[in-house]
Amino acid sequence: MPSQIVSLVVNGERREFIAAPGATLLACLRESLGLIAAKRGCAQGACGTCTVLVDGRPEAACLVAVETVADGSVRTLEGVTSGGELDEVQSAFIDCFATQCGFCTSGMIMVAEALLDRNPDPSEDDVIEAISGNVCRCTGYRPIVIAIMEAARRRREQAVPR
Amino acid sequence: MAKLRGRGHASVNYPTGMNLGGDPSQALIHATTTGTFVVSLSSVDLGQGIKTIAAQCAAETLGLPIGNVLVDTADTDTGPHCMGTFASRGSHRVGNAVIMAAAEARGVMLEVAAEELEVDAADLETDGTGFIMVKGAQDRRIHVTDLALAAHFKHGRTISGRGVYLKEPSAPVPETGEMDPDSCQAHACTVAVVEVDDETGVVEVLELFNTYEVGRALNPAMATQQVEGGAWMGVSHALFETTEPYYPVRDHGPRDFAGYLMPGPADLPIQHSLLLERPAANGPYGAKGIGEMTANAPIPAIANAIFDACGVRLTSMPFTPERVLRGLDALRMEEPC
Repeated sequence: MPSQIVSLVVNGERREFIAAPGATLLACLRESLGLIAAKRGCAQGACGTCTVLVDGRPEAACLVAVETVADGSVRTLEGVTSGGELDEVQSAFIDCFATQCGFCTSGMIMVAEALLDRNPDPSEDDVIEAISGNVCRCTGYRPIVIAIMEAARRRREQAVPR
Repeated sequence: MAKLRGRGHASVNYPTGMNLGGDPSQALIHATTTGTFVVSLSSVDLGQGIKTIAAQCAAETLGLPIGNVLVDTADTDTGPHCMGTFASRGSHRVGNAVIMAAAEARGVMLEVAAEELEVDAADLETDGTGFIMVKGAQDRRIHVTDLALAAHFKHGRTISGRGVYLKEPSAPVPETGEMDPDSCQAHACTVAVVEVDDETGVVEVLELFNTYEVGRALNPAMATQQVEGGAWMGVSHALFETTEPYYPVRDHGPRDFAGYLMPGPADLPIQHSLLLERPAANGPYGAKGIGEMTANAPIPAIANAIFDACGVRLTSMPFTPERVLRGLDALRMEEPC
């Protein structure tokens, strides 16, 4: 099979690039589109640091063959920031000190985005379940759980008209 | 069959740095034309936060905002020498070197300010917001940006400094064995509360109480996270992680993240952490190293808590359900019928 042109909507913008057969979504994001927030950790779907949203669902981009999501919509950490402003999840991660070495952070933020998109008022158990596919080796997870709860609270407050 | 609760504790004294043939780190600092102080280091930040600590030490010594400090750890080929970030030595060795370099740079900064303000350098102080001013006459002042411009383009001065911290080699005294292998020691105690299921052998860590004597917590948020993140690693070593579960037989060893067991966010104990500060005379602003020790005390504390809960004394990590159940079986064999 030859390489082919693949079209994706990435962070709201249509992007086209050439992909070899079987190329992973992660490789295409990082190498063809220069979007390097999603990290390559285990490359077998076990660590979660490559997580991006595909049509709103969190996916391990290292396991997704890019042609299987052609013409789909992909959201990466780069698309979370709008107009240079950090969103509630990102700023809560900073304020709650939910990052240490930072290698898991982009994946953690993306699963948090997916969680809050479908459940604006999650319980702590909901948060723990949402991040249970993402490995953090530094923080002991607690600051991350607190940050996501705080982000949910901030987002709910903004949604309520005063 | 029951879930048995137990509590155990363990303490640790941990050395800061080492002295194998001498243990040095160096730092260089210079001001750019606009008054940013660049701290050049070869010390690597792999997430432990040495760049933050180095910036704090430089800003505190210079008397400038931390935003005026840029830490550059770019290249171990071209940067000033560092032995490396290991042995819980980074904050202590590098912090001291940065303080020494920043003190020299501060001296030059005040000399140039003295020329600009036409006063004696000894009469100057920094206000911590970026101004150098005459003591007792706050309107007689110059901002570090204007000062750096003047140094470069008017006075032909470099505002710079050199720093080194060397822990000298220490050979043992032959008669007594006495020696000084480290610079200072940090101390800690952990209390673990566990629950042991005597039917499945599963051990759950419910709570950890961590107390750390750290000399001086240069950054309390980072120090607390090191304590709690390290404790998580300790729990992981105690209950989950091994590369050779049936050592010395190498069967069933994990080969990747999918097979290598680690506690996830649902296995979290509640942690209570306390930092105690007894400044070390030779530490940067009194700080000691607490890098590695944070994973140590939780492991024996958990072993002791398991013993307290069910009487099983485990001496090999990890404390797997299989080992707990074998221990319980052995206890039952000892019991008279």
